[in-house]
Amino acid sequence: MVVKKKAASKSKTSKTSTVKIDKDIIIRVCVGTGGLAAGSAEVIDAFYEELAKTGLKALVEKKCVNKTGCRGFCAKDVLVDVIINGDIATYQFIRPEMVSRIVDEHIKGDVPVREWLVGPDYHSFHERQTKILLKQCGQIDPENIEAYIEIGGYEGAKKALAWEPVDIIEEIKTSGIRGRGGAGFLTGLKWEFCRLSKDDPKYIICNADEGDPGAFMDRAIIEGNPHSVIEGMIIGALAIGCENGYVYIRAEYPLAVERLRMALEQARKKKFLGKNIFGSTFNFDIEIKLGAGAFVCGESTALMRSIEGKRGMPRPTPPRSVNKGLWNKPTALNNVETFANIPMIMTNGAAWYASFGNEKNKGTKVFALTGKVKNTGLIEVPLGISLKEIIYDIGGGVEKNRKLKAVQTGGPSGGCIPASHIDMPVDFDSLTRIGSMMGSGGMVVLDDTTCMVDVAKFFLTFTEHESCGKCPPCRIGTKRMLEILTRITEGKGKEGDMELLVELGIDIAHSSLCGLGQAAPNPVLSTIKYFYEEYDAHIRDGICPANVCKALRQYVVSTDLCKMCGKCFRVCPAGAISWEPKKKAAIDKLKCIKCGACFEACPFNSIV
Amino acid sequence: MSGEKLKITIDGIDILCEKGTTILNAARQAGVDIPTLCHDERLEPYGGCRLCIVQIKGVNRPLPACTTPVSSNMVVTTENEALTRMRKNVLELLLSNHPNDCMRCEQTGNCTLQDLAYRYGADGKIYEGEKWDLPIREDNPFITYEPNKCILCGRCVRICNEVVMAGTIDLVGRGFYAMPDTAFRKPRTLENCEFCGQCVSTCPTGALTDRKGRGKGRSYELKKVKTTCSYCGTGCNFYLNVKGDKVVKVTSAYDSPVSQGSLCIKGRYGYDFIHSPERIKTPLIRKGAEFVEATWDEALELIANKFKELIEKHGPDKVGGFSSSRCTNEENYLLAKWVRCAVGSNNVDNCARV
Repeated sequence: MVVKKKAASKSKTSKTSTVKIDKDIIIRVCVGTGGLAAGSAEVIDAFYEELAKTGLKALVEKKCVNKTGCRGFCAKDVLVDVIINGDIATYQFIRPEMVSRIVDEHIKGDVPVREWLVGPDYHSFHERQTKILLKQCGQIDPENIEAYIEIGGYEGAKKALAWEPVDIIEEIKTSGIRGRGGAGFLTGLKWEFCRLSKDDPKYIICNADEGDPGAFMDRAIIEGNPHSVIEGMIIGALAIGCENGYVYIRAEYPLAVERLRMALEQARKKKFLGKNIFGSTFNFDIEIKLGAGAFVCGESTALMRSIEGKRGMPRPTPPRSVNKGLWNKPTALNNVETFANIPMIMTNGAAWYASFGNEKNKGTKVFALTGKVKNTGLIEVPLGISLKEIIYDIGGGVEKNRKLKAVQTGGPSGGCIPASHIDMPVDFDSLTRIGSMMGSGGMVVLDDTTCMVDVAKFFLTFTEHESCGKCPPCRIGTKRMLEILTRITEGKGKEGDMELLVELGIDIAHSSLCGLGQAAPNPVLSTIKYFYEEYDAHIRDGICPANVCKALRQYVVSTDLCKMCGKCFRVCPAGAISWEPKKKAAIDKLKCIKCGACFEACPFNSIV
Repeated sequence: MSGEKLKITIDGIDILCEKGTTILNAARQAGVDIPTLCHDERLEPYGGCRLCIVQIKGVNRPLPACTTPVSSNMVVTTENEALTRMRKNVLELLLSNHPNDCMRCEQTGNCTLQDLAYRYGADGKIYEGEKWDLPIREDNPFITYEPNKCILCGRCVRICNEVVMAGTIDLVGRGFYAMPDTAFRKPRTLENCEFCGQCVSTCPTGALTDRKGRGKGRSYELKKVKTTCSYCGTGCNFYLNVKGDKVVKVTSAYDSPVSQGSLCIKGRYGYDFIHSPERIKTPLIRKGAEFVEATWDEALELIANKFKELIEKHGPDKVGGFSSSRCTNEENYLLAKWVRCAVGSNNVDNCARV
């Protein structure tokens, strides 16, 4: 599908090799981690090669191929935009060998290669979103500061320099923005507390230690628009009055680290960072600290200890970080997404920002939509949108049109929201009320083939593994919960196990030291709350209703579908299948070891 | 501390305490006993063991008493049904990964974990599951480490890093498998450890014990005799733990004004000489090529006569007194007095000055 922004191009170029092109041609290729993994670097090379080969040297010299960050729909990478005189045509699943045809037919011949263009799902995926933060991510070159300046970048910081710090804080408070890291504390208020704390020096930290499995919002922002984060930090530094900033970023994000380094270097060259930034009397610079892969270092106090070179373990609050944070000095710590929002609030005003979202939850939020949904990827929606809109309008509905069972939000700290609550608004307060949480923005769609006990076990396995070990409720409590869950999924569940899980879960939530421990039982508690009967079936009846837990599976031959081929009989290692030529197979439940070999071997799907 | 006084209420008792005090310290002032495993007065508050959690009026979540500073008119409840349940649960969890072999454990009778399990009725039978099964570590002459008994209160790690600043041990590993250990889990040697035994002194369980005292007596069988270390002039106090007529170990005296319980390798582990068969028990006087046992009177008389001779022959200025730092202040004073008054010389010195 071609989006016409203007009337169709009038010019028809001749197809000779000494091409003189009188069209304005821009090619955009996504170079986010998703794009690069799908081969976008090779696609860019192929474009330049092909353009040079076909006599379009002028375009090569003009560097018409622009790199852009992630635009969210990673499932369709490599995505390529060909923009001729403002008309955008987007191609999906592009490989280097497909480039010559695009150059030949589309760039030279003005006829897009229709079969490679994106379909309506691509457009509906984007059109239903409200992109203010990710708008530029898929459009500008993240490795070039000029591209960011061109779209009004660093104007917010310049504006902030002319303002009094209290006015900046007031503006941020008025915008109503709440921290995007998960807890949802009011950013303006945090900055105010930090500014008022009577100690010097102060520090500002950007938390880019995105550790939730399946979450990649922060990575996409840093990879796609690193300058927005830097600008947000400059504004924050002006507001609280500090000269030193840190970005704590996980080393597992090499591309984001590289882009951030590049961006910092460019900003320093432009005198946007360093001594006397923007020609003012204000000094501010940012240092990168690499995380070594501990999930707990995403917790603010553990993160600060890690920057100090100590073992990353949380400490109890109070005192809060705004009073005693990094090196025991007042510290404002915010998430990547929060900082990226700040420049927009400064340039467009608090009222503009507050026009998105609902009463207590302003602005938009980026989610990583994954799981059993048709369109997976990164989405940006106003807070307060319903789950239904996200899953069906943006996500295109449940994969294979199966039945929606639940939505898991907030990663390992969140919980499962049953399909019956699909109309609820997605915001900080509603999610917490229902026993889940916003978290950093992971959203996993689960269909009816999912076992909820298994889901709870999956997330708890992660938390148990990532516990720092400081306090017993988290260190041993999650271990014991996981052991109980494991025995339930293995068919060894006991009467009273669910009660024990709930009791232990509540105690862990109340007595753990840090937010990660306190939220660790959420996946278990929320699934027990909404899917009690599923746990019950595992324990009492010894069956897994979704047929996921291997030890509880029951294999039966569907006599309607069996074609009497005997393949299952031959692969069964336990001799549990009886079969004779021209007779249907049957499985002896007592002998069956549930290995699944017959299930795999049956060519007619007759074993269920 | 600003000296400003705040009024707070703990379990219905109104008390005045200094601003900046923690709830735990305020409660101790008021005589209220809040259980804790990870707290040691010598260390920075940690908030790790979650046993000292208390309910503060107006706060949803229970907070640890050891790290939370008091605030004006704070109303604190240190024990109620919910807190008791949570404490018992923490203990149950700890005991679910503990050998529970108190019968033969070195620390029986002197173990905070045991005391608290008794107080809250925890027996470690609620939760089944994996338990550590690690070998006892006796890779050095002084400290026995039984990892299975460790509850990860972090006190050994913190005292090693905050007080001794030796950095011998730190927490290694993550989650259920985290444990205090040396770098690369190497044996303790004089290269990486000072063997001051501070880690042993602060351990609230039987995970770290004095190897030399193991099996030599239960804590309640030992008579504790407070004394001053005779090794140097610092003058640390400690307790000699005596069973019958034998010194079986040395333990810290936390109220020592000199060292607040801290000791060095010599003070804590250098007591072998007391019962050494090679120990010299009487003065020896050289006769020809041999030393011959003598009484104190004989020896002192000999010394006195020799000094008298020397002073008469060469004058008092040729005599001086040089005392050892192993002597007490009183002994040093006496030596100076003797040199100045009895000998008549000003040549007095002590090795501590060198």
